[in-house]
Amino acid sequence: MNDPVVILAFAVLAIVMLVSAAAVVLLRNIVHCALFLALSFLSVAGIYILLNAEFLAAVQILIYAGAVMILLLFAIMLTQRAGAIAENPPNNQVGMAAVVAVALFGLLALVLSGTSWLTGAPAATQPNTEALGRALFEYYVLPFEIASVLLLVAMIGAIVIARED
Amino acid sequence: MLLTQYGYIAIFLIIAIAFGILPLVIALAIRPKKPNPVKLSTYECGLETVGPSWIQFHVGFYLYALVFVIFDVETVFLYPWAVAYGKLGLFALIEMFIFVILLVVGLVYAWRKRALEWK
Amino acid sequence: MEVINNIFVIIRDVIAVMLGFFLPPTLVEAIIAVLVISVFLGFMTVNVMMQVWAERKTIAYMQDRFGPNRVGPFGLMQSVADAVKLLTKEDIIPTHADKWVFRLGPIIVVSTALMVYGVMPFGDGMVIADLNIGILFAISIASIGTIGFLMSGWSSNNKYALLGAMRAVAQMVSYEIPLVLSIIGVVMLVGSLQMSEIVKAQSGLWFVIWQPLGFVIFFIAGLAEINRTPFDMVEADSEIVAGYFIEYSGMRFAVFYLAEYMSAFASAAIAVTLFFGGWQGPLLPPYIWFLLKVWLIFFVMIWIRATLPRVRVDQLMGFAWKVLIPLALLNIFLTGAILQPWYQGLVQGLAK
Repeated sequence: MNDPVVILAFAVLAIVMLVSAAAVVLLRNIVHCALFLALSFLSVAGIYILLNAEFLAAVQILIYAGAVMILLLFAIMLTQRAGAIAENPPNNQVGMAAVVAVALFGLLALVLSGTSWLTGAPAATQPNTEALGRALFEYYVLPFEIASVLLLVAMIGAIVIARED
Repeated sequence: MLLTQYGYIAIFLIIAIAFGILPLVIALAIRPKKPNPVKLSTYECGLETVGPSWIQFHVGFYLYALVFVIFDVETVFLYPWAVAYGKLGLFALIEMFIFVILLVVGLVYAWRKRALEWK
Repeated sequence: MEVINNIFVIIRDVIAVMLGFFLPPTLVEAIIAVLVISVFLGFMTVNVMMQVWAERKTIAYMQDRFGPNRVGPFGLMQSVADAVKLLTKEDIIPTHADKWVFRLGPIIVVSTALMVYGVMPFGDGMVIADLNIGILFAISIASIGTIGFLMSGWSSNNKYALLGAMRAVAQMVSYEIPLVLSIIGVVMLVGSLQMSEIVKAQSGLWFVIWQPLGFVIFFIAGLAEINRTPFDMVEADSEIVAGYFIEYSGMRFAVFYLAEYMSAFASAAIAVTLFFGGWQGPLLPPYIWFLLKVWLIFFVMIWIRATLPRVRVDQLMGFAWKVLIPLALLNIFLTGAILQPWYQGLVQGLAK
């Protein structure tokens, strides 16, 4: 982890992630916001790779950058004025929002600095997809099956809301 | 070792993006540039465009995307299962069978409600 | 023989050792990576030109024409001439387009098409990065490409372009599911996602023998994923003119074209790696075997283009969800059942 190349990679990824996340909030055109969100997702995948969690990185790209982004963009296309310049309009509560954001940041910073973090946890260096599969299907069977019920509910709910009759 | 492999991927990523930009830069140097308003107008088979292009799309597109996301999440569970399958045994097969059957119920529901029809 | 089989790996290692005398190891690795990737890109560019020529020539003969035959012997230089022509064409960005998204679209499409090759084994050890998650990496990178199409179509601010892009993306996401599911059978047989492991597991029998259904689903979904005939309603010229790249001209158009053929080749190459034993084969060097197999599959794609008409858009979407996905799920559970010990015991018992 102390390899200078790794630190440099982390810095680049973190900056890209933060700048694009800020762009999501600040840009006026909602499609641009969505595209920056995709960039932010991708840099998160890069950080997963630096943590040796390669399967998670692939899932991050496949699900978030690939699938959820398409869902988001299609949802934008559903709206009446997709692409109008001021789809992400400014509001007059910037001052209040800033106060709340700073307060939340302060609180989080306080908690984070007060926590004793687990340092030197061994990073996975072996192919970890198999270990993941075994953990999922030997120890976490119930959460896994509940996940399928959750997905079923999501699908039926969406169809009920979206169908026309 | 693992990160070295991804280092190659990172270098490849940079070069791949450069590969997309390079021909455009070369073309920039040698192509003509004589724009006029008609040339820069939106193409619509020679007619003037009427109304905005950024229109409201049919909800059907959204339904496809949604069913896609759900099945994509399912495949993400299937991959570690498939990798570990040789060491898991019969119980894992039954677990996955229950999981997939529940999602197939969703697919059948979408099918019966004609959410998968193209309109 | 051994030398010829591994000629590219040997050249790479010799250069690495020579550089190692006067450079630090990290820098040597980086230089080697850049060299390998540059050679690969050079090969891909020439390969795409050959693909375009081969496709035009084959279809011409199938339709009782001659095809390109003026530039160079057998018209071989036609693609080069086309590339030079496109290079000198004026670049037009419509006034109403969203300029930066318009510029970024083709770059994202072509770089994702290229990145898929990052895990492709062209021979024994001839791979840019042999990742543990190999095949999953290729799939997830390919899934980013859809955003590139949507960006190009949306930013053009043109009705045909947006409609084409929306259709393209709806089609690509529908066929991505059967594509991803059809690979699972192979992963179950190998117990690894790594490309080199998948190739090595086929040193006996090719997986197309064990996974015939998986291969058929993969091939059909692959054709739809890269928008090739009979699934090319994305650019159905009789309805929406040229689809998402209608406003692109000159070199930007050429970049889309390049990406399209690279994706077609990548699809064939993944099919070869997963189902046809990858680079393995007798007598000839591994890389020759690999290219032979991939080109054979690409030829079948051309053949299909010359044979089948375009399917209707409602048939297309229904086919993915109502036929391919149930079949792919069936394939997974059949594979699962066959891999169970009791089934193996039954087969061995019957054989006695």
